[in-house]
Amino acid sequence: MHTTPIHINSMKWLHKNLFSSSLNTMLTMAALYLLWIVVPPAIEWSLLEATWVGESRSACEPNSGACWAFVDARIEQFLYGLYPATERWRVNLAFAILFLLFIGLFLAGTIKQLKRSWIVTLILIPYPVIALYLFSGGSFGLVEVETTQWGGLFLTIVIAGVGIVASFPLGILLALARRSEMRAVRSLAIAFIELIRGVPLISVLFMASVMLPLFLPEGVNFDKLLRALIGITLFQSAYMAEVVRGGLQAVPSGQVEAAESLGLGYWSSMRLIVLPQALKLVIPGVVNTFIALFKDTTLVMIIGMFDFLGIVQAATTNPKWLGTAVEGYVFCAAVYWIFCFSMSRYSISVERKLDTGY
Amino acid sequence: MNLLTVWNHERFRNILFQLLTIALAGWAGWTLFDNLQTNLSHRGISTGFDFLDSEAGFGIITHLVEYSESSSYKRAFLVGLLNTLLVSFFGIILATIIGIMVGIARLSSNWLVSHLALWYVELIRNIPLLLQIFFWYFVVLRNLPAPRQSMEWGEALFLNNRGLYVPSPIFEEQFSLVWWALAVALVIALIVLRWALRRQHSTGAAFPRWRVALGVVVLIPAATLALLDFPLNWEIPALRGFNFQGGVVMIPEFMALLLALSIYTASYIAEIVRGGIEAVNRGQSEAALSLGLTRGQTLRLVVMPQALRVIIPPLTNQYLNLLKNSSLAAAIAYPELVSVFAGTVLNQTGQAVEVIGITMAVYLSISLTISLLMNWYNHKIKLVER
Repeated sequence: MHTTPIHINSMKWLHKNLFSSSLNTMLTMAALYLLWIVVPPAIEWSLLEATWVGESRSACEPNSGACWAFVDARIEQFLYGLYPATERWRVNLAFAILFLLFIGLFLAGTIKQLKRSWIVTLILIPYPVIALYLFSGGSFGLVEVETTQWGGLFLTIVIAGVGIVASFPLGILLALARRSEMRAVRSLAIAFIELIRGVPLISVLFMASVMLPLFLPEGVNFDKLLRALIGITLFQSAYMAEVVRGGLQAVPSGQVEAAESLGLGYWSSMRLIVLPQALKLVIPGVVNTFIALFKDTTLVMIIGMFDFLGIVQAATTNPKWLGTAVEGYVFCAAVYWIFCFSMSRYSISVERKLDTGY
Repeated sequence: MNLLTVWNHERFRNILFQLLTIALAGWAGWTLFDNLQTNLSHRGISTGFDFLDSEAGFGIITHLVEYSESSSYKRAFLVGLLNTLLVSFFGIILATIIGIMVGIARLSSNWLVSHLALWYVELIRNIPLLLQIFFWYFVVLRNLPAPRQSMEWGEALFLNNRGLYVPSPIFEEQFSLVWWALAVALVIALIVLRWALRRQHSTGAAFPRWRVALGVVVLIPAATLALLDFPLNWEIPALRGFNFQGGVVMIPEFMALLLALSIYTASYIAEIVRGGIEAVNRGQSEAALSLGLTRGQTLRLVVMPQALRVIIPPLTNQYLNLLKNSSLAAAIAYPELVSVFAGTVLNQTGQAVEVIGITMAVYLSISLTISLLMNWYNHKIKLVER
């Protein structure tokens, strides 16, 4: 058997992809120069010259690089906000349970005794109740932790999680309403969806935090977090509706006709025939909406809550750590990036799996 | 005819269900309205838009129209709206330029260039916009040198922690003639374009119409300018005391917002541009090349017109997103619509319903107008099936 030595192959590859013409060579040189001025200083700053532990900004003075001591000293706060230190195990426990449930969900395909639908039901119905009890406490021996003390990455995940789970059923209903043959229902759905999609999230959040109390009966007052969650859910459900509508449109009309001719009514044909097919198609779209929502949760800091970005931002103004804004933002960006990037990879892989080519 | 038949009648059920929906929506709306009335009267807030005429009493750091502390809330609203439109306008232009460049770089046959573009997109898209605004504002622009140590270019552009100072033009009286010359030149250029197109359609003879049109538009005003002995002066910013005077200043809040918005939106535009170009069948450009068109002509006459059909609708969506995202300026106190009106004015007057209503109505009407234009455009460029 004849094989070409590797170095000849790689020379060919280099020539074809980087130096095939003079223009190409110039572009390669320019790109290399760009990398040269960005990458080595970035590595030097973030790794080689960095300080990893210390009590205050002055501990980082001797080194010219990043002051990761800041992140190290504040990491608990970044994760939990002002949640009391002695009670943080409750947050950990709730997330550990969720993690186990998700592992169960992934194993469900391989182990027969585990039914996927059971686990999904567990996640959607008893789990939120348990998590809410663990997070806020107040009875059965757990100290009450007010939502004003919730913060950091924990709060970000709570807002994004509740937002996506609550907006999903609402989005499905809105999408069905928008495709309904009944004019009144359809117009109401269109009006709601277009109204929400036409305004920025921040104005919806302002509305939820400032205007919502005015619309409630006297004496009824919501928690600030709950108001923000209502705003985010309403906002998200409009976008979710459009994603689901895309899936509904992709289901051939023959499916509905076949269901009807079998004698199924509207709700049964939707539940048994159309939605299972449509929802499978929209998984990538839902994940993308979730990524957008995850990034958008940062906006709650404008209405005065300390989510992950909010708490990092607040910590950089601490007199003990002045001048560590770059480290704070870079750390924060890295965490958001890991979350969003891995979700977008997941969405792409689902899309590939679903793309059966017809 | 018994009741069950009526109940099972499709039309009857449709109407009943719609009536129920309307009743439910009406009841919900009425309850909310009623609660609102009670709450407002108990809190002693008067409803209505009269507050718009009262004196604002707060200053705004940057305004395109005359504004002072004694101006009305209505004026403050206008200042905020214009600032929103200003940052969105420049943001859209910058984002489009960066986005197209990155999108084309993604398609480059150069491995390094296409991967750099890919990493730009993946990096920027997965970091929240607000974080990027903070980064530009608190890390980059705040740490620029003080006015005395400004960075400068050609003794005309100055960059420091107070902003970017640019010379501003001062038009002399005769300058209006130059505007007239420009108008005349534009008309002539249009006539040339139409004539050349018609001639090419009827005789097939090509005419370098774009070059001629561009030449007309540049040369006629330039000649007028020279004839009038350049009735145009520049006010150069100069350091006086602790800060610069004269010229136009772009405040750091504006620059941070502009940079973050355009860099963030560009990462989405890049993907749209790449998708659009990739959507054009390869056979199209192969056919064009085999007809003897040059690579430039193929791109300009064959690929781009087809790609634009795919690109323009999602591109418009991104423009709308940029407009809506400009409201994040509230976090760094750039005085645009949300920060001035839904922020300061709302806090001062307590007219939550009116203020939020107006703010939402502004965004909504811009969005709906652009959507309508988009529908019209889509209809116009729809493939004509032959």
